[in-house]
Amino acid sequence: MSTASPRTQRLLPKWSASYSVVACFLLLLVLAFFSIVKLELMVNGLFLGAIIALGAIGLSLIYGILNFAHLAQGDFMTLGAYIALFLLGTLLPGMGLKDTGLGPFTFGYPIFIALPLAILVMAAIAIGLDITIYRRLRRRGVGRVVLAMTSLGLAIGLRGIVQVIWGGDTYQYPRLSKAFYQLPMGVRIPPDNLFIGVTAILLVVVLYLFLTRTKIGKAMRATSDNVDLARVSGINTENIIRWTWALSAGLAATAGVLLAIFQAQLIPIMGWRFLIMLFAAVILGGIGNLYGALAGALVIGVAAEVSTQWLNPAYKVVIAFIIMIVALLIRPKGIFGVRD
Amino acid sequence: MELSGIIGYITGFAIMAVIYAIFSLGLNVHWGYTGLFNIGIAGFFALGAYTSALLTTASPDPLMFEDYIFGGDLPARLGAWNLGIDLWFFVALMAAALICGIVALFIGFLTLRLREDYLAIATLGIAEGVRIIFLNEKWLANGSKGLYRIPKFLGELVSPQYYDYLFLGVVLVILIVLYIAVDRTIKSPWGRVLKAIREDEVTAEASGKNVFNFKLQSFIFGAAIMGIGGALYAHNVRFVDPVTFDPLLATFIIWAMLMVGGSGNNKGAILGAFVVWAIWTGTQFLPGFLSDPNFRYVMIGLLILAVILLRPGGILGEERVVSRLSETPPGDASPET
Repeated sequence: MSTASPRTQRLLPKWSASYSVVACFLLLLVLAFFSIVKLELMVNGLFLGAIIALGAIGLSLIYGILNFAHLAQGDFMTLGAYIALFLLGTLLPGMGLKDTGLGPFTFGYPIFIALPLAILVMAAIAIGLDITIYRRLRRRGVGRVVLAMTSLGLAIGLRGIVQVIWGGDTYQYPRLSKAFYQLPMGVRIPPDNLFIGVTAILLVVVLYLFLTRTKIGKAMRATSDNVDLARVSGINTENIIRWTWALSAGLAATAGVLLAIFQAQLIPIMGWRFLIMLFAAVILGGIGNLYGALAGALVIGVAAEVSTQWLNPAYKVVIAFIIMIVALLIRPKGIFGVRD
Repeated sequence: MELSGIIGYITGFAIMAVIYAIFSLGLNVHWGYTGLFNIGIAGFFALGAYTSALLTTASPDPLMFEDYIFGGDLPARLGAWNLGIDLWFFVALMAAALICGIVALFIGFLTLRLREDYLAIATLGIAEGVRIIFLNEKWLANGSKGLYRIPKFLGELVSPQYYDYLFLGVVLVILIVLYIAVDRTIKSPWGRVLKAIREDEVTAEASGKNVFNFKLQSFIFGAAIMGIGGALYAHNVRFVDPVTFDPLLATFIIWAMLMVGGSGNNKGAILGAFVVWAIWTGTQFLPGFLSDPNFRYVMIGLLILAVILLRPGGILGEERVVSRLSETPPGDASPET
């Protein structure tokens, strides 16, 4: 297992790379100032980056603690978004909770019920899958590639369940079209993006406090650094693994709901297609490093959105992939990561 | 259904199963023998199919294709060098294998030195990238409308209603050739190095083997086989569009085939292709929601999970491994390290 020395802090390492992230954004701001890059695309790229960050942090948590590539993370996003669709479109209206166009947003107050519920349901599903499938494989002592393949099977199965229940058509959350905010320098922001940004910042701050202030959070970091050492210190690693699944599935569900709001549509393949963005962010930031995942996600989000100034928007994923390949060429351990 | 209809149906089924068996063989080289985790088979599938289709399809009629301007129909352009479509078919197969090999060289070179999940992510990215490029670059391959009227191999030899029987023969011969090629190479010292790498990379490295080189060769070899499979698919269906290369039908089902048949066993790979394709096509005759095409996703996912959890060596392939390669103990057919 992990041979990292206890002093390396994998999940939340000392962040010496913050300068490079700041430098990247300053460079982009300078470019925007000279009107080479549209500021609007950069700003909206940050919101896309916020969504990628939530999914990527969840992915990186699983990498850090369970040490395998969780290929179902994208489909966790899909399932979370569809659970919220069921709540917003069917269950809550049936209970008389029906509203759209709250304040500046396209959606109504039911999202504040649906989102937490979707997070809880996804967390429960993830723990259930761990107990029924992953735990059995862990006890058998299989390698990380077999675990990754298991998650591939799960990804297909989960998307199939979504398609059996909801069909392959596109859906929307109940919504009311709203005017965009007009900011200086020609920046137009859909009001929903503010909700996306605030939700993402809130969750990242809560996760940070959880990992640094609570006993379980500290135990998670200890487990990530060295499983065996954590176990002999009296940490119940199985419990930590369940917390990991719950957190990362909750983050994925949030990312899915926010993506459905961002794109104003839900399709069953949305999560699988988004998976490359998540992995690009994780690899850019250094596997298992949560700060790196956050920084990588923002870089990928801005780069993907800015590329639409010159390229067909369909190529956003390809841009993310190319950035990932370049990162692998330059520094395989991640641009923002610490070497372990 | 009358008898000739049933025979026709079975022939059509068998052609697709044989083509899938070729993919399964290619994946077996990657995963079964070397432990390379390729989840972007769809990328090689699409590259092979499009390469072959672009090389053989007649020049686009400007009235039919507004945006599509890529040359195509190389045989006609070569004039005096024209070999005729039937010989050109083999050139197209080779080109499909070559293109896939080059792409595999590129991805493999970047990722095979790193931990194994990087290869998975890179193959996934290539598959999605190839799909998006063929979808959006209309000049290259007619975008979402796809390429059609892909010519038949030996199309003038028999009348159209019997053509399927002939093509079944063609794909069977190619499958047998590839099977022998894979089996020979895997049973050579080269193949034994691959298995050593699969079982324990550090030991193989310590024994003086250049693990990276062997992995790269194996990755290119398997990808080239997948390219040939893609080319045969294009000439069977005679129509390719980006939707064809959906990850379910072009990646996941092939994984299910190899896992079910028994990874690390060439006969298992072929058997798995027939079994899973039979289950796949058979579900449409089931009652109720079981015949729902969407349920097939669930089924393929469950099939992969069931094999991993219950029979890691494959449902049907395990015993064959014991009898054919006695040095490989049962249960070791899939890499678990």
